[in-house]
Amino acid sequence: MLLAVLSGFIVASIIPLIGKWLKGKWSVVMTMLPLTLFVYFLSLIPSLPADQHLLASYNWVLTMGINLSFLVDGLSLLFALMITGIGVLVFLYTSAYMKGDAYLDRFYGYLSLFMGAMLGMVLSDNIFTLFVFWELTSISSFFLIGYKNESTASRKSALIALAVTGLGGFFLLAAFAMLGTIAGTYSIQEMIGSGDQLKEHPAYLPIMVCLFFAAFSKSAQFPLHFWLPGAMKAPTPVSTYLHSATMVKAGIYLLARFTPVLGNVPEWNNTLLIVGGFTMLYAAFHAIFKKDLKEILAYSTISALGMLVFLLGLGTSEALLAMLVFIVVHALYKATLFLVTGIIDHQTGTRDTTVLSGLRKVMLPVAIAGGLAMLSNSGIPPTIGFVGKDLVYASTLSSEGFAIIMTVVAVITNILLLYASVLAGIKPFAGKLPSTLENTRLPEWRLWLPPLVLGIAGLVLGFFPHILEGGILGPALNALVPSAAEFHLQLWHGFNFVLALSAITIAGGLLLYRFFKPGTGASAILAKLHKTSPENIAHLFNRNFRVFATRWTSVLQNGYLRIYILTIVFFLTALMAYKSMTKVVVSVNLNKVSPLTSTELVVMSILIIAIIYAVYTPSRLSAIAAMGVIGYCVCLIYVFYSAPDLAMTQFAIDTLTVILFVLVLYRFPNTSTIQVGRSGYVTVWFHWFLDRWLPS
Amino acid sequence: MEIILAIIVGLLYASGIYLMLRRSLVKLVVGLVLLGNGVNLLIFLLGGLVRGKPPIIPAMDRVLGEIYADPVPQALILTAIVISFGMQSFAIVLIKRTYIVLGTDDMDEIHTTEEEDD
Repeated sequence: MLLAVLSGFIVASIIPLIGKWLKGKWSVVMTMLPLTLFVYFLSLIPSLPADQHLLASYNWVLTMGINLSFLVDGLSLLFALMITGIGVLVFLYTSAYMKGDAYLDRFYGYLSLFMGAMLGMVLSDNIFTLFVFWELTSISSFFLIGYKNESTASRKSALIALAVTGLGGFFLLAAFAMLGTIAGTYSIQEMIGSGDQLKEHPAYLPIMVCLFFAAFSKSAQFPLHFWLPGAMKAPTPVSTYLHSATMVKAGIYLLARFTPVLGNVPEWNNTLLIVGGFTMLYAAFHAIFKKDLKEILAYSTISALGMLVFLLGLGTSEALLAMLVFIVVHALYKATLFLVTGIIDHQTGTRDTTVLSGLRKVMLPVAIAGGLAMLSNSGIPPTIGFVGKDLVYASTLSSEGFAIIMTVVAVITNILLLYASVLAGIKPFAGKLPSTLENTRLPEWRLWLPPLVLGIAGLVLGFFPHILEGGILGPALNALVPSAAEFHLQLWHGFNFVLALSAITIAGGLLLYRFFKPGTGASAILAKLHKTSPENIAHLFNRNFRVFATRWTSVLQNGYLRIYILTIVFFLTALMAYKSMTKVVVSVNLNKVSPLTSTELVVMSILIIAIIYAVYTPSRLSAIAAMGVIGYCVCLIYVFYSAPDLAMTQFAIDTLTVILFVLVLYRFPNTSTIQVGRSGYVTVWFHWFLDRWLPS
Repeated sequence: MEIILAIIVGLLYASGIYLMLRRSLVKLVVGLVLLGNGVNLLIFLLGGLVRGKPPIIPAMDRVLGEIYADPVPQALILTAIVISFGMQSFAIVLIKRTYIVLGTDDMDEIHTTEEEDD
């Protein structure tokens, strides 16, 4: 188990060594990694009865209770299979898509790193291990988004994505620290036992808010969604793998994982309902105005993630089942659509929906894949998408209170999503082939096979949904709701209200596509709205923060040494003054004061005069001479009070300093001979003085 | 005596800091030296003043017999003097170098680490 999780990291660290070899035609070999893992996880399914899970634990940081403990239950296995399964296809696709790229080895390294991190995250049982892997996914995502590092836009998007998800990670750590302290354990399984205690704890609300913040940032929920469309600057395999099928679902996974621990509280459910519901409408609405294929898909992904959050918010056993099915459905069709988009981009060099059409004539397998994905996306029977959509409607209808509003929201979102899917999956292939695209050719099999496999998988699962239910969905649902009832996925439920809703959705979407053409007016309104969008606010904040930081720095770090010294001295004095005024009693014991002899009095008067002179003299050399005088006076004080060694050292060093100073300052301007002579005289006079008094 | 010394220490501190706040680099180093002297005297004063009894064991004896000056503050000061000399000489050479390169010892004219364009 440990090897399975770490294999991604191991491969990523070996790659720099074998990179040259890998860049050639052997890049397909990389596909073996996810394939092996996929088979391994498939082999775990039979050993996974509904109420049992496998736990493997390795010590890591014993003293702090942080173990590498991995848990395989239905939920994590579902995600692990998705990660490795889609990983196989993406790795294969990459070997052709990125052929000839100078840094292909690096790219594979990042992908393997990401896959390892993602697997570690979904399999971790220890919350801090989970956190570490969570952050690793953010970091590998940063590298992958910024892969085309010579492009400014790409670097900027990578930074934004890292900033948003990194902020989420910070909140996740806060939530986990609170959770771990209150529950007294870092194991999620053990936390389920103390769930009731956690829910009544006063810190429940802060934990929930922090956890939501983390999940929403990762899963691109409003108002933290804006990094995801930007992340589409990454190469298409990355968009497919990270930003539609797997990484963005990490937030969903987190919420699902903690539903048994913290869920079923009104605040929890309502927040999820509102945020998820709003996100899915908002993003679906935006999707239909976009022209770039990848942007359309990005917004429809956000919308789908909103739907998942929304279903988690409903929280009933039915809704959670719908969520699990929808995760699979979405991963299948969205990955297909992204891969199809990548092929179109790769072969034609454009992703503009207004230009693309008629491509079925030149790339039929891709067109079939796109069409299948669109069918699944739209929930048209007999695809798995239809099963998923049925479950969604059934769960919104059966929810307590506001059932109608929720159902209406879900239906509208699905109509808009259907429009978007037609735009992405059908439009580029339908109609007449424009003359500009006539030279387009069908790409090699490594490109068109993966989307086709995914599309067909959606169809097969639609016909035989029970493939999913027993082996994997049952245990997964059990992990969320221990007391879940038996269920059966069916393609055909007979004629009922849910079917009518599906029909309305499909008809609505097709009508919308037939009659609605986003005009310039709508775009202008959207541009206005953009000013108040979270993305813009974040940008404004970013810019102003930088201005503020610059000003603040120029106040604090102004480059003037005296200001620094003044600040330090002022605060030190203020501190000491405060302390001595509040705590210290100052008293002078005049009886113990030693008497003052006349020679001492003379030395001290000279000392005081020299100090004052050093301060007020305008000439540098006289100041140095005065410094020498002060040094000799201090030397004499040492002599008077039984420190002969100090006196000797002070004498030698003071002389040396003055000589050095004078030698250096000799080159400086503004030093008249009179001043040199005068200070020389003073120095000589003090030599005499010293000689005179030293024997006593 | 101790009272006057305390006043002198204060004076050394004040003038040292005052000189460090001046614009001239030379004055800055002079101020640093004065401050160092002030600190040394303060430590010396803290050890208690003993007149004419250095902590030196006569050749005949094995231990010190009568009251003698505390050697620990003296050892501290000795170290401080030597170290501050190292720092001062370094600073002095630095002043020279600055002056040769920039042609000024006015700190207001050299308050940037960036190279100037002219």
